[in-house]
Amino acid sequence: MSEILRVETLKKSYDGFLAVNGVSFSVAKGELKALIGPNGAGKSTCFNMLMGQLKPTEGEVFFEGERITGHKPRDIWRRGVGRTFQITGTYQSMTVIENVQMALMSHHRKIFSFGSRAWKLYREEAFEFLETVSMQDQADRPCSILAYGDLKRLELAIALCHRPRLLLMDEPTAGMAPSARVELMQLVADIVRDQGVSVLFTEHDMDVVFAHSHHIMVLNRGELIADGDATAVRNNPQVQEVYLGGGTLFKEESHA
Amino acid sequence: MNFLRRTVLATAAAMALVPAAGFAQETIKVGEINHYKRMAAFAEPYKLGIELALSEINEAGGVLGQELEFIFRDDQGDPAEAVKIAEELMTRDGAVMLTGTILSHVGLALSSFAAEKGYLYLASEPLADSLVWKSGNPYTFRLRASTWVQAAMLAEEAAKTDAIKYATIAPNYAYGQDAVEAFKANLKRLKPEVEFVAEQWPALFKIDAGAEVQAIERAKPDAIYNVTFGTDLAKFVRDGGDRGLFDGRNVYGLLTGEPEYLEPLGDEAPEGWFVTGFPWYGFEDGTPGKTFVDAYTEATGETPKIGSLVGYMTAQSIAAGIEAAGATDTESLVAAFEGLTVENTPIGELTYREIDNQSTLGAWVGTTALEDGKGVMVDWEYKDPAPYMPSDEDITAMRPAE
Amino acid sequence: MAFLFAQFLTGLANAAALFLVASGLSLIFGVTRIVNFAHGSFYMLGAFIGIYLMEILPGAVGFWGAILLTGIAVGLIGAFVEMVVLRPIYRAPELFQLVATFGVILVIQDLALMIWGAEDRLGPRAPGLRGVWRIFGEPVPKYDIILIAITPFILFALWYLITKTRLGVLVRAATQDREMVGALGVNQAWLFTGVFALGSALAGWGGALQLPKGGADLLMDFNIIGAVFVVVVIGGMGSLPGAFIASVLISVLNVFGVTYLPQSTLVLMFVVMAVVLIIRPYGLLGREEVAGEHGQVGAPETPIRPYGPMGQALIAALLLGLALLPLFVDQFMLILTIDMVIFALFAASLHFILGSGGLVSFGHAAFFGGGAYAAALLVFHTDTPMELAFLFAPLAAGLLALGIGWFCIRLTGVYFAMLTLAFSQLVWSLAFQWRAVTRGDDGLVNIWPSEWLSGTETYYYFALILGVGGILFLRHVIHSPFGYALRAGRDSPRQAEATGIDVKRVQFVAFALAGAMAGLAGGIFVFAKGSVFPTELEIAKSFDALIVVFLGGVKTLAGGVVGAGFMTVVEDWLTRLEYWRLLLGLVIIAVVIVMPEGIVGTLRTLWRRIRNTDEETV
Repeated sequence: MSEILRVETLKKSYDGFLAVNGVSFSVAKGELKALIGPNGAGKSTCFNMLMGQLKPTEGEVFFEGERITGHKPRDIWRRGVGRTFQITGTYQSMTVIENVQMALMSHHRKIFSFGSRAWKLYREEAFEFLETVSMQDQADRPCSILAYGDLKRLELAIALCHRPRLLLMDEPTAGMAPSARVELMQLVADIVRDQGVSVLFTEHDMDVVFAHSHHIMVLNRGELIADGDATAVRNNPQVQEVYLGGGTLFKEESHA
Repeated sequence: MNFLRRTVLATAAAMALVPAAGFAQETIKVGEINHYKRMAAFAEPYKLGIELALSEINEAGGVLGQELEFIFRDDQGDPAEAVKIAEELMTRDGAVMLTGTILSHVGLALSSFAAEKGYLYLASEPLADSLVWKSGNPYTFRLRASTWVQAAMLAEEAAKTDAIKYATIAPNYAYGQDAVEAFKANLKRLKPEVEFVAEQWPALFKIDAGAEVQAIERAKPDAIYNVTFGTDLAKFVRDGGDRGLFDGRNVYGLLTGEPEYLEPLGDEAPEGWFVTGFPWYGFEDGTPGKTFVDAYTEATGETPKIGSLVGYMTAQSIAAGIEAAGATDTESLVAAFEGLTVENTPIGELTYREIDNQSTLGAWVGTTALEDGKGVMVDWEYKDPAPYMPSDEDITAMRPAE
Repeated sequence: MAFLFAQFLTGLANAAALFLVASGLSLIFGVTRIVNFAHGSFYMLGAFIGIYLMEILPGAVGFWGAILLTGIAVGLIGAFVEMVVLRPIYRAPELFQLVATFGVILVIQDLALMIWGAEDRLGPRAPGLRGVWRIFGEPVPKYDIILIAITPFILFALWYLITKTRLGVLVRAATQDREMVGALGVNQAWLFTGVFALGSALAGWGGALQLPKGGADLLMDFNIIGAVFVVVVIGGMGSLPGAFIASVLISVLNVFGVTYLPQSTLVLMFVVMAVVLIIRPYGLLGREEVAGEHGQVGAPETPIRPYGPMGQALIAALLLGLALLPLFVDQFMLILTIDMVIFALFAASLHFILGSGGLVSFGHAAFFGGGAYAAALLVFHTDTPMELAFLFAPLAAGLLALGIGWFCIRLTGVYFAMLTLAFSQLVWSLAFQWRAVTRGDDGLVNIWPSEWLSGTETYYYFALILGVGGILFLRHVIHSPFGYALRAGRDSPRQAEATGIDVKRVQFVAFALAGAMAGLAGGIFVFAKGSVFPTELEIAKSFDALIVVFLGGVKTLAGGVVGAGFMTVVEDWLTRLEYWRLLLGLVIIAVVIVMPEGIVGTLRTLWRRIRNTDEETV
């Protein structure tokens, strides 16, 4: 099995406090992997280090065998890593399709182009990406009036634009209605299957996690306490303690 | 009460400002551009002086048989705005010539514009000597006594003492720098052994008086040359007085004796400074100066400032110029202004020199003293500028070839 | 040694009034996010009211009582201004309020002139505190010692207010998170009013306390505002201890500057500010600004689109009208139109980085004046032909923008604004002080166009083609991928960076482009006026552009141009009247209140409402 992402003893400390403490793992090609853990476990910190928003105190990150530790987000993106945010980051002053076109312009290295009309560029290509996330009907609406779930889907479309080989999704379903969550994750699973993209995502909703991920990692107080398939993780005593202590219960059969 | 009077005056003035297009009466119009808001303390007496002269001129039949009228415009102290207004005054409002401005840079902008477009500009109040010398042109004339001359008068007095070490303090802009340069050049010429041990350059109207006084004190000068004015002067005098900076030192103050600057100081006005200024309170009955002061006081209810005098003489000069030209086209006016003699001004006869278009207005020099809790000039005399001017050759060399 | 100590004391005494005024501004900004240009006006009011009260209240009790009352009076005036002028526009785009405060400055200036007259007033002495005490043999004015002694008490009182009282808790909470305070059920409107009143009162106290060292005059509002902003920024916006440290730092440095570098008086504090901001981008004690992370306050901008057939037809008609103008109007109208075109291009260039880029520059005049000076210097010193010198204007301004942008782009929000201000002030002082080259404020004169261009009509076409060309070019860029990337970086820098856009680089290029266009405007300007002076580089010039952009509407594309046209006409008309500043101030305030989205923005909304179009369509 060839791995696409490898993380080695990643550490991040803030004034002596270790937010992430020596985390190592890998993501395989075509894998849909979840990173879970209670609030403050260090999930987002971990994610931000992978994507370059934060510089690790220690440790290394390799994408397709090449070291990307401490690289800028835009460089990591160019290598073929896409990401979505916990709090959506879209361009409020543009239409839905222009948001996607913007990412395409960046992908085609048209940022410093002054001649053409931006809204005419890559419109058809962008439309296809919107179709992928079923947003084609809203293509010409201003982004600022979208519903939250639609914003999340739009962000996914943006992240897919440069045909990434790895997608990092920080709480992709946060703030969405349960039915919408299932829909979105089904979409992600389809993308993984159809396009061979690997996905690493963090999530609060355990239903989502157990229903869709191939593998699950559990982070607690900055340390990785479990890494395996759903059953292994569910039966891990350490994990049970963390989650029972935290008051969150596993619903065993919910995904069936 | 003060407020009420101002409001009434203001309303009257505002109405006067609306161009009186509807009246059939033909008038000869002069465009007057100034910083009525930004430099209100200086511009208001100036305007009152003009208005006084205008009423006298028009009572006596106007010029060329027509009424003389000034159109007053505010340029916000912005040279570009002044140039725009000048164009409007000349091309739309039918002004025959331009005058005005206190700030030198606005005057210089107008002067350059006047030369380019072929308009006559009488720079009434600007202090910069480059208006008539380094940047002089045939279309620009200047009324106010030159900075060089006033500094030379002070330097002459300074040279009589045995002070050797001098400190200077001047606002950090062109006028201040010119004034210091002129004083140094004249004093060195008269007394080569003097040295300048400190040169202080506070930003205009932002003086840090305590620091400036300390810096001058530290240099231990025998005498001090002051060019600061307005609020800077007040703070400098106050701090310097408190800290004993002026004790046992001669101080020479350029413009310090002008009522604009001396009056606000009240009973804290410095004593024993040798200054240039405008001692209107000392004019004797029967002199033209006293006649002007009385007429001004009666007409406005205020005591005159130097600006009042300049404004008054501006209107007088323009009336005389137009009368002498016998016409209102620029060419005739320029020809008339060259060497123009204006009779019966508050200082007697005034001439616009052919060599550099500068008027022969001189300056009053004297010593400051306190009288009835007010700063005044005593032992003053009016000095003719001629002996203090640079030589004709120097002036010709400075002025751009025409 | 004794001399150095005495100098240090002078600096401390100067810091007192500065700290009072600056702490007020810092407080107001921290809580309400209003950049209050009118703060200097409250300081001036404090001085005038202080003198008035001191004249009626006799003796030492009267003197100190007058100071106390002055603060209260100015605080009440501040509360009035906040309620009448600012409260209606809190939901307007960020920094929009500064336009309103500019209107307040104009109104207060003329009111002060009406009430107190034009003459400078000398401040009364503090009873019993005339003269000096000797410290190590050096004379130190008694009142200086009193000021030095009072300042820590003021700092302590403020500290107590902020940390120990309920108001203080709310103020701190609001400084950190405004929405949170609203969510806690606190009446935000009254909190803002209270803070604004307190901040104004502090400025008023500052004005009254400095009276025994100076006085009151009509220029003191503008004269202090620069220093106050510098102090607040160096200290860190919203930080009171920061404001204290910075006032002491600036005042003491200034005293030493006066002694050892007497020519430095114009720039020293701006140099210090630039250095501090380059090393510590958020001031000494400031925190990183979070505003703008999740978009700007107020309604988001609507998607942009080039004009449709009708819009294009209108623009074409307008241009045709302008082209035919010389056939119908007199020479002065042409000159006024040239002025308008120059100003419109200048404003459009600022609008380009401000609107599309979200970069609020307070120093854009550096490029306008820089371009004008570049061309003028060539003509003046080397007799370069006008055509060549003219080309140099946008070029030099663009290069200047590259240099300044390199330092500034790394900052955001108000700190970016203040660093651009500092740099523009450095450029100004260079033009002002380097007399051998620039002739200082005597300016460069006789910079007229070549023979073939010198007629008013010819120059009108020249200005029209280049000015309108520049504006259209900027519009074109906004619709290009680069313009979109610029907006993307403004809307969500995080997403932009995560999708391969080098946001800072895009902003850097945009900044340089805007600088070059401002320089082009400066080039047209200098040959239209025939002279250039340091006034074209002044802070006031930068603010002129800023104000018309906001007035026209930041979140529109035509805002800058329309605002500039509006302002040129209104100003030309109003300055003919005696109390034009009062009227202009009221006009500005009225426009701001009635049209919180700016002229273009509000007209657009109205138009939509009339046509009853669906909000969603583009």
